[in-house]
Parts: sequence; structure tokens; C-alpha cells
Amino acid sequence: MQHQSTFERVLRGVLIALVLVFFMFPIVWILLMSFQTNEQILRIPPSLLFEPTLENYRALITGRLETHAGTLDIRFMQNLWNSLILSVFSVALALVLGVPAAYAFARFRFRLGEDIAFTLLSFRFAPPLLVLLPLTLYFQDLGLSDTYVGLVWVYQLICLPLILWIVRGYFEDMSPDIEHAYRTAGHGWLTTFRRISIPLTAPGIAAAGLLAFIFAWNNFIFALVLASADKQPVTVGALAFVTASGIQYGQIAAAIVLSITPTLALALYAQRYLVEGLSLGAVKG
Amino acid sequence: MASIELDRVSKRFRTSVALDEVSLRVASGETVAIIGPSGAGKTVLLRLIAGVEDPSRGSIAIDGADMADVAPERRGIGMAFQNFALFPHMTAFDNIASPLTAREASPDEVRRGVESVAKLLKIERVLDHYPRALSNGQKQRTALARALAASPAILLLDDPLRNVDAKLRFEMRLEFERLLSEQGATTLYVTQDYREAMALGDRIAVMDEGRFIQVGTPETVYFEPASTDVARQFGDPTINLMAAAPDSDASGDFAAIGGVRFGLPSGAVAAAKGRDCLVGMRPEALNFEDDASGAFAVEAVTPLNEKIVTLVAGSDGTELLVSRPSHEAPRRPGEKVSLRIAARDALLFARDDGTRIDVGAARIGS
Repeated sequence: MQHQSTFERVLRGVLIALVLVFFMFPIVWILLMSFQTNEQILRIPPSLLFEPTLENYRALITGRLETHAGTLDIRFMQNLWNSLILSVFSVALALVLGVPAAYAFARFRFRLGEDIAFTLLSFRFAPPLLVLLPLTLYFQDLGLSDTYVGLVWVYQLICLPLILWIVRGYFEDMSPDIEHAYRTAGHGWLTTFRRISIPLTAPGIAAAGLLAFIFAWNNFIFALVLASADKQPVTVGALAFVTASGIQYGQIAAAIVLSITPTLALALYAQRYLVEGLSLGAVKG
Repeated sequence: MASIELDRVSKRFRTSVALDEVSLRVASGETVAIIGPSGAGKTVLLRLIAGVEDPSRGSIAIDGADMADVAPERRGIGMAFQNFALFPHMTAFDNIASPLTAREASPDEVRRGVESVAKLLKIERVLDHYPRALSNGQKQRTALARALAASPAILLLDDPLRNVDAKLRFEMRLEFERLLSEQGATTLYVTQDYREAMALGDRIAVMDEGRFIQVGTPETVYFEPASTDVARQFGDPTINLMAAAPDSDASGDFAAIGGVRFGLPSGAVAAAKGRDCLVGMRPEALNFEDDASGAFAVEAVTPLNEKIVTLVAGSDGTELLVSRPSHEAPRRPGEKVSLRIAARDALLFARDDGTRIDVGAARIGS
């Protein structure tokens, strides 16, 4: 680091603190809220001093919410489970479909190739509400509404373009000569794809998979419209805390903390890949 | 052993023609050095033979069998890429072993195969290293070892010495000679360095703009270059090319250069048919003669170890390079000299298209 005066160091510290407070405040506040009762949260003025309670978490995990108006069954754990199933299977399917497709788009020039790739990308531009009404009708006809299969299918709108475009950039970055060398050494194209292309783009594929997982996990609108209570992910499930007897802020906060924990853990674990993957995809895309 | 036959092979890319009706027959066990500037189509040619790209037109046959529908892994080719193309996630050992594992050799055979070729190329100590931990020279040897490992009948070497430093390039050029003759494979060796081509090729194919300009033995290409382009590529320092009209008098055909008479092979005037000509004189074919009244003045003297390159200028400003062995006494700048060339060493080119004018006096074998 360069030599800095005291003033510069202090200024830097203050600025970093400001940025951190700006970005971290909501998350920290929610974390604090999750350990408070509704009364503590709603008192005026708000206070940082409170007696922490695990009541919110207990209610979520046991699935019984006791309020002044009575007892309410909530299915938060079921929602968390749903989120996990939907995200994992969506990403897995998108990887199976998207990685070979990305390879094809990167390596071969074929009729309408660019158009197809761009059409897939354009799924990310279109507002989901645009397709939801017709989709709902079709899904009802096909018997796919309120099924995991149907949701995983719709989630491809989120995951597939993301994986396709990021991984494509990685494949384009890899010298085709490395594959050619393996081919001339006497290996078939499938072996070459498995032993050379995939391992060499693994960081990119991992990054794309992670991002797709986060996007799928955070999706709200598709699940809201297409799934009923027992298939809903946490994002939709949190609506249950808006009850007749008031909004359960404490439980909402606890639910948020529980639902962002898996993605946060994943993201922290794979931060390096994520940044690499994103910047590469962005530059090459 | 395998022969290669290229029959009017063309390769077009979207906006350019990389190869234009190229034909070549390479005999079994022969080494052909392909030389030419970058973009001439040398690498594309190797890729077509290896099968990693398909020709737009024409046919490629190996041992008489058409290769149009044969996948690269079934052509029995070993190829060393210019950029090495090592597998970064495998150790040098696994890199070299890849052609052997593809042939389902037993682990024992693989180990023996890799170790023998690694020993040959002196990289047995770095076999457990990953490519990123190898020096350029080691990478180059590893890539070469990989190409050689399965003793393929055909070797395609794409400028393998381009990315290595001068010292190693010199060493490797010597080693290649031994290596290629030991392997006995049919070899295509792409290079941009005429010395490599001369040293390694049984024949040399000179390429430019997707065509072969000349295919012949090193002697032919050197002494009877098809054009000024070929003549310029072979030789260091480069050949002197001087505009002159061939003339003849009682003592034979000659050209006047810098106001001085230089003898030409007999028949030169007749062959030139009055066209504007360029006379080509290789610097090493020119001789000094002490002559205080000489027409040329020494401008600059550059000793280059085994030879001394001297720049001389005529009274009309004509500049010529002369290269003499370093055991000859160096000239002093400002000194007046005369120059001589054996008539048969002077080459004649048409000035308009640069093609060599054959004066009918065969240089080779004479």
C-alpha cells in the first residue's frame, strides 16, 4: 500500500464505514428483528437494546404460530424444503441442457445460431407477468400447475439463459487447439468434451450454476402464480406472516434470515469463482 | 509408414481464402518443410490433414485412403501445435500419455512409453509438473513428446520452435534432425525460418497466399528460386536484387550494375527476350577484389561471428551486400573495391512478376 497521511486513512475508514452501513444496514436490522417480539419491533422510538428471544425461530421450526388471536399453522420448513428442491433441480436441469448448448454456440457456426442464442437471452428481458397468464392456462390444461416438474420447467426461463451465456464465454475463451490436440491424440469427441472441455471450464460452470441457484432461490412471481401452498418456496411462503391479526414482523425477519442463509453461505464459499465467472462472461458475452 | 496426397485442396473462410487448390504428394517417410510468411495457409494445411477442420474442396488421402469422413482420432497422426496446446489440468506425464491411453495401452506400457520419449527429449525430470510450472522450452518438448509418444506414422509439426528462445531453437534444430530420422515418420514441418527448413526438409514447400510457390529440394529452392519472393526468403543477409537490362558482348552475357559489368550465365540475354529484369546476386556469392580504382566504396562492415557482412555502394548509389567468411581480412570503410561474381551464380528474374527466368544453365549437379 502507498504511503498515506493520517487524514487520508481516516477519510478512507469513514467512507468505507458509510458504504458498509448503507449496504449492510437492512440485513443487520433484519437479523436484530428476528430476535425480537412484535411488540419490541413496533415500539417507538426503536431501540437497539432488547432482550433477545428465540421465539420467532421456534415458531418457524415447529410450524405453530401463536398470536393473541389464536394459533396459526405455518409451513415454513416445507417452504424451505420446496425452495431447495426447486432450485437444485432447476439448476441441475439447466446445467444438463445449457452446458452442451453453450459449447455448441461457442464452437460451431450454424444457421440461426446467433438468433437462437439471443432469443434465449431475451427471456431475461421480458417481464415474467407477460407470459404468466397464458402459462397458467396451459399448465392447468397440461396438469402441470402446482407440480415440481412444472415449476422446474418454468424456472428454466431464469436458469438456462444465465448458464448458457456465461458458460459460452468460458468455452470461447478456451483455445480449440487444446481440444484438437486431444482429438488427434486419438480420443473421440465425447471423451474430449468430458475430459478436456468440461474440466477446463469448470470454474465458469460452477459460477454460472451458483448464480442460477441464487436467481432461482429468489424467484417470487412464478411460484406465486403457479404453485399452491404445499409447493411454494420461501419467497412466497413469507406472505403467510401477513395474518388477519397483523403482520408478524418478527417471524418474517427470522424467515428471511433462514432463507438467505443457504445462498449466502454458497456465495461466500464460491465468491472467487463468482467474480471470475461474472467478469469473464460479461467481457466475452 | 504412410504417404500423404493432397489433391487440389481449398479452404475458404467466410471472408478469405486460406488455401487455393493446393496439391502435394509426400512420400512415406519423407520430411517436407513448409515455409512461408504468416497467413500463407501453412497452419490451415496441417489442420486439414489432421482432420480438425474440413477442406472446402479437394481431397486428402493418407496411404491412398480418402480422409473425407475419417475423424481426427482415427487418422494415426501426431501433431505438435504452435501454441503447444498442452492440457493445463494434467501433468506433463499425463499430457504425453494421452495418445497412449487412447490406444488402451496397459498402465505399464503407458509408463514405459512416456518415459522413453521423455528421456529422448530430456524432460524426464519434469514429468510430474503441470504445464504452468514448465518453462517454454519444457512446454515445447512436452508438446513434442506428446506428438511422438504413440510413434504415429504421420507427424505434423506446426512451427514447434517459434516460441522458444534462440539458444534452445538452435539446439532443438540439431536434435530434430536426429529425432525425425529416428522416428522415420512422414513429417510435415511448418516453419518461418529458412535455416530450419533447409536443415530438416528432404523437400521444401514455399507457401504464400494459400498456394505453393515452389516445391523442391533445399538446393533447388536455394539455387533456383522460382521467384524473387522465394529468393528473398532464403538466405541471410537477403539476396541483392538489382534492376538491369542483360546485354552481351564479345566476352559473353552481362548486366551493368552500378556502372560495373557483372557476368551472367550464357543464354541470359536470349532468355530475357528484352524484358526488364532483376539480377539476383547472393551476398555470399560476391567476391572482393583489391582494386584502388574499384567502382565500389565500402560503406559499413558488420562482423557476424562466422561471417562478415559488408555494405558497399557504387558511384551511382547502388548498394550491395557482400557476405564473406570471417577468416578473410575485413575491409575498411571508405576503401575502394571491385566485386566479382561467378556467372553461374547470378540469377535472373522478370521485373514485372518476379518469376525467375531460366537461362538453361543448370546450377545443380553442374
